[in-house]
Amino acid sequence: MSKYIIQGAKDDFEVVIGLEVHAQVISNAKLFSGASTEFGAEPNAQVSLVDAAMPGMLPTINAECIRQAVRTGLAIGAEINKYSVFDRKNYFYADLPQGYQISQFKHPIVGEGIVTLDLGEGRTKDVGVERIHLEQDAGKSMHDQHPQFTYVDLNRSGVALMEIVSKPDMTSPEEAGAYLTKLRTILRYIGTCDGNMEQGSMRADVNVSVRRAGEPLGTRCEIKNVNSIRFVRQAIEVEARRQVDIIEDGGEIDQETRLFDPVKLETRSMRSKEEAHDYRYFPDPDLLPLEFDDAFIDAARVSLPELPDEKRTRFVDVLGLSDYNAGVLVAEKESSDYFEALLEALSSKSKAAAAKVASKAANWVMGDLFGALNKAGKTITESPVSAAQGADLLALVEDGTISGRIAKDVFEVMFETGKDAEAIVEEKGLKQVSDTGEIEKIIDEVIAANPGQLEQYRGGKDKLIGFFVGQVMKATGGKANPGVVNKLLKPKLDG
Amino acid sequence: MSDIDKATVAKIARLARIKIEDDKLEPLAGELNNILGWVEQLSEVDTDNVEPMASVVNAKLRWRDDVVNDGDKAESVLKNAPKAEYSFFTVPKVIE
Amino acid sequence: MSDLIKLTIAEARDLMAKGELSSRELTEAHIDAVNGADPLNAYIAKTPDQALAMADAADAKIKAGDATGMTGIPVGIKDLFATKGVHTAACSHILNEFKPEYESTVTQNLWDDGAVMLGKLNMDEFAMGSSNETSFYGPVKNPWRRGETETVPGGSSGGSVASVAGFAAMGATASDTGGSIRQPAAFTGTFGIKPTYGRCSRYGMVAFASSLDQAGTVTRTVRDGAIMLESISGFDAKDSTSVDIDVPNFEAALTGDIRGLKVGIPKEYYLDGMSPELETLWQQGIEWMKAAGAEIVDISLPHTKYALPTYYIVAPAEASSNLARYDGVRYGLRNVPEGGSLDDMYYTTRGEGFGDEVKRRVMIGTYVLSAGYYDAYYIKAQKVRQLIANDFAEAYKQVDVILTPTAPSAAFAFGEKSDDPLAMYLNDVFTVPASLAGIPGSSVPAGLDKNGLPLGLQVLGKAWDEATVLKVSAVLEEAAGFTHEPKIWWR
Ligand SMILES: [Mg+2]
Ligand SMILES: [Zn+2]
Repeated sequence: MSKYIIQGAKDDFEVVIGLEVHAQVISNAKLFSGASTEFGAEPNAQVSLVDAAMPGMLPTINAECIRQAVRTGLAIGAEINKYSVFDRKNYFYADLPQGYQISQFKHPIVGEGIVTLDLGEGRTKDVGVERIHLEQDAGKSMHDQHPQFTYVDLNRSGVALMEIVSKPDMTSPEEAGAYLTKLRTILRYIGTCDGNMEQGSMRADVNVSVRRAGEPLGTRCEIKNVNSIRFVRQAIEVEARRQVDIIEDGGEIDQETRLFDPVKLETRSMRSKEEAHDYRYFPDPDLLPLEFDDAFIDAARVSLPELPDEKRTRFVDVLGLSDYNAGVLVAEKESSDYFEALLEALSSKSKAAAAKVASKAANWVMGDLFGALNKAGKTITESPVSAAQGADLLALVEDGTISGRIAKDVFEVMFETGKDAEAIVEEKGLKQVSDTGEIEKIIDEVIAANPGQLEQYRGGKDKLIGFFVGQVMKATGGKANPGVVNKLLKPKLDG
Repeated sequence: MSDIDKATVAKIARLARIKIEDDKLEPLAGELNNILGWVEQLSEVDTDNVEPMASVVNAKLRWRDDVVNDGDKAESVLKNAPKAEYSFFTVPKVIE
Repeated sequence: MSDLIKLTIAEARDLMAKGELSSRELTEAHIDAVNGADPLNAYIAKTPDQALAMADAADAKIKAGDATGMTGIPVGIKDLFATKGVHTAACSHILNEFKPEYESTVTQNLWDDGAVMLGKLNMDEFAMGSSNETSFYGPVKNPWRRGETETVPGGSSGGSVASVAGFAAMGATASDTGGSIRQPAAFTGTFGIKPTYGRCSRYGMVAFASSLDQAGTVTRTVRDGAIMLESISGFDAKDSTSVDIDVPNFEAALTGDIRGLKVGIPKEYYLDGMSPELETLWQQGIEWMKAAGAEIVDISLPHTKYALPTYYIVAPAEASSNLARYDGVRYGLRNVPEGGSLDDMYYTTRGEGFGDEVKRRVMIGTYVLSAGYYDAYYIKAQKVRQLIANDFAEAYKQVDVILTPTAPSAAFAFGEKSDDPLAMYLNDVFTVPASLAGIPGSSVPAGLDKNGLPLGLQVLGKAWDEATVLKVSAVLEEAAGFTHEPKIWWR
């Protein structure tokens, strides 16, 4: 992949991108209240008097949200701050009940870390994370329900968010997309955020600036709340182009907040947000400094599962998968979960070392299974064929009960009906014939029925052996074990 | 240090979302200048190497267990609302 | 007028324990007294039906042998404390007769002990004031008058002190952010105590300045203060700044024995132009302490002078943020001009809902936190606050308590200081330092000035040592023999 360049009328420009990702923390209760975080409840049903900022209500912090932020920090190799402080960010909005958001400003819970992007063809790039801080989500305003009113639902109000702030280390829309993809993969592996961008549990603010090669950083614009990876890429493209056009026209970029319109494919200024934004941060006097010790961090570290990069390395080094296959399988936690469950079952069923059957298993998952899922428009978690069922099918091939070709037919039926492989093989009589007596009998019949070809073969036309194999397979409906056929056929043809 | 004029008062009032009639801006500027001028005697105090004190409580933050034990009281939450419809709070329409 | 309303909490408790008095009788007498005290404007909401039901429950509790010190005792509640289903507006128009769906921990503690609620008490709007002239419900009148001139009760707990001094409550809850319990107690000849920050839960207490707000009590005697303070104190998991530390038996601390106790006299509290009467009273207090066997130690609290300006940055800053929730969206007042936007609603609601003093402080707070001023004002104030706390920590290496006057003057007349915010702020000059340091303090009625108005002495203690503050206060009370009562003019 070549460098991402925006060609202006006169000069070439490069783009510099930083992302602020708001990731909703997976926890039962909210950051500072005991109300549920569950999605999709009736309006204001998951609101405590604390979330509604009733007079005299006070915040108390949820331990799990702290643990999840620390786990996230550890997963990107970040420094964990044993001392951090909650501040109030003051502004007025209908869905911000307190008139301030409790956030972390000067002393965040997590410091600098690194996310390694997978850019394809084995290329990687490290993108720095500046910090991760914990903060409250706001409620939800609905502007289109009534001609005169905006409706406000506080169910999201107070849900814990991690704001993950990257360094301005990305230089193309692809890299920004790869960053979000990788970050989401990591968060989902460790279970700190479900990464669901459609439901808004992960959203990105995109900082974009452009410059001529070698020049210092240009003025940046922040595109707020972009809610899909594709939109992030598009937003960067159009915003960078907009900035280049302004600069080439001799204009200057105003540092401002913008909104991406995915229909018109443009960004536009959110002037309302700009006006008088002076957040007057100060330490929240209702809370004390957040402090914990090394033992807490160690326990969080121990609770981390194998991370995607570690898993990928193990798949290559220990299981002998190709780098490409390993990369594809670990990209989604669900895929690697499926693969690993299948491999374990297969290895125990066929009494073979995992490394011996791993490549076959990987090929099957990425080929047959992904293909079928794709065609059916299903995700791997919706697969009608479970990992255990897949392992059963592959084990039947391993022990010679069915051939690889028959396996494909069996899988098709499994995928349609959800039935077990063995039942299908039994039902349809698809068991491979390996009985030498039976096969010998058929070979004899085939040879007897084709004297002309036999003569030509014996006259030196070796290739005709394929013809005889084909005839035998045809006579057995494809069930004859090809190995056995080959072994018996040659001596008989040779006479 | 402090020099609060009419425009500054208007700006602060805007940040604080408090309507202040035009004819009150000037007198308020005077009052605020008085108070802040008096407050400025703090600059006499040598505070080098002094940590700002945010709380007198010398303890770390206590943590709560991750248990859902609140919510499910939309009626209570909405009871004092000046205006509510279909279990939503309602405010004058916001045009984004 | 029934004699029952002149009883102290301790006396009533003992009579009820002996079966010689019922809470119902006591409560009925107080409901009459509350109604008779309307001219004081101390109560802004009365709850007689609730009071009688609580009294009957208390009588049952006493019969069952479950009584504690506050069982059956009729009290008034400052409008700052959330009381479920009952007016809670911090005396601000912006809360528009708000009735919470919840109970503050402080009042819940009282009800758990069987106390009886007479109603909600007037106060300065959002506790911002030192004369109770900023209440939306009008000023409270001090039962004590300067001749025929009406005086302010002090603030912000003006309703609390007036109800207790005027025999319309046996005790009252109060709150102190910069002196709002002690200064009005001094103005009304009552005993007020603010415990250590973190001793009483702030849950359900309408916030003014979160790092300073602390609940406390107003009573007519030190013993009553000990009984009532013990009831409202205690750890509360719902308040992150509540401290999990045992509450001692405060009444048991009133041994009367302060021999060998070291009493600090800070030289910085001698103000230029301090009235000779006040200085004499302070000196008298020192003599009483000596006579009781205490040792007097001259101490220095060098940053005292800077306490008030520090306070007038920290408190407004926190208030500007704490009061942002009053926006007309979820409760309270909403004023929208015809066809107005959300922003118009904010401006109008807050412009019309807040009184002048509240607006002034929200404006100061907004300013000192705003970009470019934060370090110069807010951080600077927090640093000086640390120095003030350090002063006390140093002093308490040498002494057990500190004795000072409570307020620079006796109660003043209405309007006398309300035109000049700075003159008003100076009222808290002796009380604010302890608030900034979070230490406990009381005001004990100790004498009358030449106009016959009460004066108070302030006792400050070490953090968590309310017991010693109470013990010393009781010795002062005993020595002062303050048995004066206001002339009852209001009924
Ligand atoms: Mg942001
Ligand atoms: Zn954020």
